[in-house]
This record gives sequence, C-alpha cells and structure tokens, in this order.
Amino acid sequence: MKMTALDRVLVLLTGLLAAYQIAIGIDRMGTLPIIAYTVAFGVLLVAGLLLIILGFEALDSPVVVIISTIIPLSLSLGLVWEYLAAYRSLYLAFALLGFLAVVLTRSLPLKNKLPVAVVTAVHGLSGLTIFLLPLLWALDGRAAPAFALVGVGGALIGVGGILLVLLKTGKPVLSRQTLYQIFPGLLLLMTVAFVAGFKFG
Amino acid sequence: MNLIPALLALRTKPRLYWPLIKSLQTGLLLSTGIAGYLSAHTPVRLPALAGLTLSLFLAISGSTILNMWYDRDLDAKMTRTHKRPAAAGLLGRSEVFRLGMVVSILGVGGAVALAPQYGLVVFAGLFFDIVVYTLWLKRRSCWSIVWGGVSGGMPILAGRVLAVGRLDLIGVLLTLAILFWIPTHTLTFSIKFDEDYRAAGIPTFPSTYGLVFTRTTIAVSTVLAALAIGWAGILIGIQAGFLRLLAVLASGLLLISFASVTRPSERANFALFRYASFYMLASMVLLSMGRLL
Repeated sequence: MKMTALDRVLVLLTGLLAAYQIAIGIDRMGTLPIIAYTVAFGVLLVAGLLLIILGFEALDSPVVVIISTIIPLSLSLGLVWEYLAAYRSLYLAFALLGFLAVVLTRSLPLKNKLPVAVVTAVHGLSGLTIFLLPLLWALDGRAAPAFALVGVGGALIGVGGILLVLLKTGKPVLSRQTLYQIFPGLLLLMTVAFVAGFKFG
Repeated sequence: MNLIPALLALRTKPRLYWPLIKSLQTGLLLSTGIAGYLSAHTPVRLPALAGLTLSLFLAISGSTILNMWYDRDLDAKMTRTHKRPAAAGLLGRSEVFRLGMVVSILGVGGAVALAPQYGLVVFAGLFFDIVVYTLWLKRRSCWSIVWGGVSGGMPILAGRVLAVGRLDLIGVLLTLAILFWIPTHTLTFSIKFDEDYRAAGIPTFPSTYGLVFTRTTIAVSTVLAALAIGWAGILIGIQAGFLRLLAVLASGLLLISFASVTRPSERANFALFRYASFYMLASMVLLSMGRLL
C-alpha cells in the first residue's frame, strides 16, 4: 500500500517530536532513564525516517517485531526506574531477558506458538506498565494529572504494537490496509501523548 | 530583428543553466559551509555570513558546471544523466565552459575578497574537484572519490576558517566527517547505477572490487564519519541533549549500513543513500544550533 503525503507528514511530525524529546524533554532525569528514553524515542525517530524513505514496505521486514518491542520495553524500564525504585533490578532483568527472548524466538526456526507467546507476554507486560503506572501515579496525586497522558500513550502503543505484531505473526485483527491507514495517525497521537505527559506531568 | 530570439533565450537559458549546478548537492554542500561557520558560535556577522553563502554557492556551482562541461561525453552514455543540458547538446560546449569559469571566478574572487584564508580553502575545494578529481583521476581510478571527498570537505572547512580565522582541530574533524560521509553517498549511488557507470567506462568500487568490498567500505567509512562528527560535536561543546540526538541519528546510519552488508538488497542500499543525506543535513543543523538552544 502506497504512503500518502499526509501519512509522510504525520510520520515526520512524529519524528520531530521524538527528536525534541531526546534533545530537550528528558534532560533533568537520572542516567538510566535518560538512556532508556533515548533508546525508545530514538527507535521511534529512526523507524519514522525509514518509514518516510521506504514507505509502508519498511513494515514488511522481519525485524519489525523485534524493533517494535524495544520501544515499550525501554519506555517502561525508564518509568519503573524513576517511580518504582524497589523493582528496578527486577524490571531491568525482565527488560533484558524479555528482549533477548524475543530476538531468539524470532531468529530461530521455531514451528510452535512460543514466538507469539513470548512477544505477546513481553509487549503485554511492558505496555501495561506504561499504561497503568502513570495513570495510578496521576490519580493518587504522586504526579501531576497531565502525567496520565503517558498512560494514554502507553495504551496507544500497546494497541498499535499488538496489532502490528499479530499482523506480522499471521494472526491479524485488522487487515493490513486498515492498519496501515491508521498507523501514522496512531504513531503521532502516541508520541504527542508521551511528550506532553513527560513535559507537563 | 534579433530581439525575439534574445528574449526567448532569456526565458529558456535559466531553465537550462539551473540543472548544471545540481541544486540539491550544491544546497547540501552549502549547508555544510554555513554549519562550519556557525559551529564556531562566535557572534554572527551578517555581512560575513551573506558573503560566505554567496561566494560558496558560486564556487560550488562553478565547479559543478565545469564538471558537467568536462564529463558531458560520459553523461551522454548514462541513462541517469543523458538528459542533462550539456550532455544532451542543449547547451554548447564552450558556453558551458565559459559559464563555469565565470561563476567559479566570481565565487573564488568573492571568497578571497571576504578573507584571504577563507578564499584559499574555497580555491582548494575547486582545485581538488576540477583538476584532481574530474580532469585527472575520475576516468582512471575508482579511488578518485577520495579526492572528491576532500573537495566536498572544503566548504565546511572554509566556513570554519572564516569564523575562527585559522585552521583548528574542529575544522579538520568536520572536514574528515564529510570526507568519510561522501563514500556512503557516492558508493551507494555507484551500486545503484552500476550498469550506467560500466556503460560509460567509469571505474567504480563495485566494478573494480565487487559489491562485498564496496559495502564494507561504506560501513567502515560511515563509522568513521559518525565518530568524526561526534568528536567535533563534543569539542564544539554542543549540549548533551543534542549529542544524544546526534548519537541516535548516527546509530541509525550505522545500523542501516550494517544491514546493507549483512542483508544486501536494492532497498537497503536506497535507504542508506537517502538516510545518509538526511543524517548529514541533520548533523549540520545540530552542530550549528546545538550550543545556542
């Protein structure tokens, strides 16, 4: 499916917002959250540029499943490191092992359901973390109300990620065409929610 | 009696002259010159900046026109370039030569008038491009691209020299960054248009050493370009956030060049070519603005 000019503009805006977040939006944080958020928004930025260059064909690559796992994993790692100090080591181990498991199960010629199960579990848990943690923190007053926007971004990335992964693993919920139609808008909305949530939260 | 043809020529000539300067390539090189000037973060003198922009634009355009003049026989043999005005015979040989000389002299003359050291670097860029690259080596050796790279690095060095008044380590690093970036640009191009270059008899890395060596060279030179830009960025003192962004963009470039070695395809090659141009432009903006914002 061909990418329209509007699609490219939406992806470009996503990339610019991600670049802003890397350069300015995460300046006053700790070292590990800065690294984690830089990786997350960096993957978003580079992936956006490749989408603009190659069009939706870029999503046909088998590495998309792996790449799309990096964003929620590193975002959730940054959040846990900042707001759940007691679980830092545990979540760091989960993020590293989860990523390794996704890479291995996507690289080996496995015929069973393990690859889908692994990617669903890793995406699901990291997506839930990004969705729930900011919402709960905003609701009980431990963070500004606007921080809940990060949770909204988490919900969007969860939906987008799972739809993309299910499409890539041959079990689509939405058709390829429908998914590609909403994908640029979904990316931009998600990034706007993240950037606004971090800035005003 | 001759008024109508003259008026018609006035309308058509600019349309024929414009493609002679390869506006995108000239624009990218000009942006490196401006970035070199702004990288010094000295108070910006608008007359100097305007003079730099004009003289560099003319010098780069002049050397490109002279290149088109000399290579029109090669361009005529290549599908990609055979419609260029000089190659297609829409402009006479001596006309293109005269135009190239006038524009080059205006560019270098303006540069010398602005600052002699700056003018010397601009002249060096023109000399390496026309004499060493185009006239001497392009038809003889695929390694001519090294000299094309040296020439391509002169605008950023010129901008830096104009701003700081001398040759410094940052200027050298910025020049090296362009020198090492240019193979990423030109070698991906020579892979894509391999048949064209073979038809014209121009020695290229793919035709001389094969695709594997060419792709490895691209990957290595990409690493070196990213390191040189990063080092220059640190020495310039751009803010940590902008360094992070630079590192992210460089990582993307490295990953794509690595992918083009391990999983070679036309698509990977095309992505690397386009991304490399974007990376260079973005790097120039970051080096220029990274200490100001």
